[in-house]
Amino acid sequence: MWTPDKIRETVAADKVVLFTKGSRYQPMCGFSAKAIGILERLTDQFTVVNIFDDPSIRPALVAFSNWPTTPQLFIQGELIGGSDIMEELAAQGDLRRRLEQAQVPLR
Amino acid sequence: MTPSELKQLIESRLPGARAEVRDLTGGNDHFRIEVRWSGFVGQSLLDQHRLVQGACREHLGAAIHAIEIKTFPG
Repeated sequence: MWTPDKIRETVAADKVVLFTKGSRYQPMCGFSAKAIGILERLTDQFTVVNIFDDPSIRPALVAFSNWPTTPQLFIQGELIGGSDIMEELAAQGDLRRRLEQAQVPLR
Repeated sequence: MTPSELKQLIESRLPGARAEVRDLTGGNDHFRIEVRWSGFVGQSLLDQHRLVQGACREHLGAAIHAIEIKTFPG
């Protein structure tokens, strides 16, 4: 059973955590696929949580982040945003900088 | 929900905003929303998106399955 506290622990346990619909290798939503692709180009050091793995993940995630949609990217426990924000930050080089600041190994 | 209904909703809830809404799939449930609004000035990207989400909150997950947002302050 996932709770907001378990989400908090999950996003604190790894530097980069992405909540998606579907798995890293079989995303089941275009936006989740886009988010995974953006991260993959920058690093292979990220954790993916598939919200379809358990029906309690999505409500716990939304309650924790107050963000209604999936995917959701967290870096060092902080919500960065969805695939549209990731795309914008990546285009500006800001996503790379955020990962560098978090000392995430980049490609 | 049609793109024009969503546009009207956002513009009514973010007074003075100019919204462009495009239906991404033809199903009236996946949209790309571009919003220019003076209220975004000084707000983080995350907060700008929260304002747009808030403007259509009761429809998210219901009539709207997915939205892609692009904001322009000013």
